[in-house]
Amino acid sequence: MTRRRAALLVRIALLAGLVLLLEICCRTGIVDPLTVIPPSEMFASMIERVSSGELDEGIIQTFSTIALAFVLAVVSGTLGGVLLHRQSRLRDIVDPLLASYYSVPTFIFYPLLVALLGLGKAPLVSLGVLSAAPAVMISTLSGLDGVSPVLLKLARVHRLSPARTLWWIVLPDALPRLFSGLKLALSYALIGVIAGEFILSGTGLGYSISYAYQSFDNRAMYGLMLFVLLVAVIANGVLYVWEGRLARRRSTG
Amino acid sequence: MSDVSLEDALSKVARARRVRALDATLLTLLILAVWQAVGIWTRGVAIAPPLQTLAYLFDLFGTAMFWNHAAATLYAFFLAFVLASLIGLALGLIFGVHRFTGEVAEPILAGFYTIPKVTLYPVVLLIFGLGLSAKVAFGVMHGLVPMTLFTMGAVRSLPPVLIRTAKVLRLSPVRTMLWVLLPACLPDVVNGLRISFSLTMLGVLIGEMFSSQRGLGFLLVNGMAQNNVPLSTAVVLIIVVLAIAANTLMLRLARLTAHR
Repeated sequence: MTRRRAALLVRIALLAGLVLLLEICCRTGIVDPLTVIPPSEMFASMIERVSSGELDEGIIQTFSTIALAFVLAVVSGTLGGVLLHRQSRLRDIVDPLLASYYSVPTFIFYPLLVALLGLGKAPLVSLGVLSAAPAVMISTLSGLDGVSPVLLKLARVHRLSPARTLWWIVLPDALPRLFSGLKLALSYALIGVIAGEFILSGTGLGYSISYAYQSFDNRAMYGLMLFVLLVAVIANGVLYVWEGRLARRRSTG
Repeated sequence: MSDVSLEDALSKVARARRVRALDATLLTLLILAVWQAVGIWTRGVAIAPPLQTLAYLFDLFGTAMFWNHAAATLYAFFLAFVLASLIGLALGLIFGVHRFTGEVAEPILAGFYTIPKVTLYPVVLLIFGLGLSAKVAFGVMHGLVPMTLFTMGAVRSLPPVLIRTAKVLRLSPVRTMLWVLLPACLPDVVNGLRISFSLTMLGVLIGEMFSSQRGLGFLLVNGMAQNNVPLSTAVVLIIVVLAIAANTLMLRLARLTAHR
């Protein structure tokens, strides 16, 4: 425990030191302010932009798109995983596809999706689902595979109904793997949607960043960037900590 | 008796192989059918059907323009991949051997892995300028972390006796890495290379899709912007086939190194 705490302290000190170093380099002119603005300016710009309300529309747009993609990916990925778990023949056929799915940069489908569905929410949601759903499917499969046969036998001996078997036996046992699928799905949906907005879109936070870049508004760009990255880090961090708690609670019984 | 069981085993292997070949054919047909269906459903406005795409691809291979773009992408990718894997390998070995440094670095790396790095691309462009080096840097940003994490994990899970033996033999740190650590972690390193390969490719392609004038990523966006559906479909097909081929090759390689 103390070792973990020491690592945490060193990590915080390291990150703080880097931010400070960047601040000093920017203030003394070692780093050109046209390239990178000082971190304190980034933070000030972020606060200005968030509190002025000009971002509200973009925030709602982006996060509702991410949430929609995440929910759709989790639902379709879980259903797909259960289906493949039941149908072993189908699973054999689809297995190579799942195994090499993440070697293909899903993002290259985005221009096709835009051409197919028009510029707007639909191609972004589809891109998010395309990049997140297979992760959920894979982790559902591995979660279901990992349920120990003894527990299922136990359920049969106690004549549990399928619903109760699922709720009392399968879910608790598969939980860690399912959870890691959720974690991946969130970060993939986030990355997909924001990348899509950035490259080709007319709304959302990703678009605002690329717009600020193209109109040479560095201050706005860094503020927005910091905001998006902070939200992403916090969202992923919450799931990371939660996962650690789950794992520790299991290991202590 | 033993002959019979050997024959049995052989026929079983042959049957398994036949089933797998059948599965692969079924999967290919399934994908082609979905592709064709989407092509028909959209009447070719977004995705060209398989035959048309293949015909277009064949013509495309005859043009110098295509090879220029492909060479630009491959060159940037090659540089980025070499840099990402070498730096990642070195960092991974250091973080793996020196536990505390690894413990400090791991959450930072994992955090960096999950953020939408595309938002950082303007910074890369501001630092490196438009052109090759920005693409390469962005590719390295994508490919570096998985390589580091995989190598670090591999070193950490090595039996401690290996490192102790190296110490007893008084091998220098560099020799310990080259003679002991690297060969022992080879399967995981190959897996790291595999993940790093596809992410580096993603980074380079995204770099080309945003404010670039060369490369396959540019060709893809350009094809869409000019409403040249067969072109964008053909480029997507090339990238998908390349990615899957490279991935399959490296999976084989990982399995080979693991069996030794």
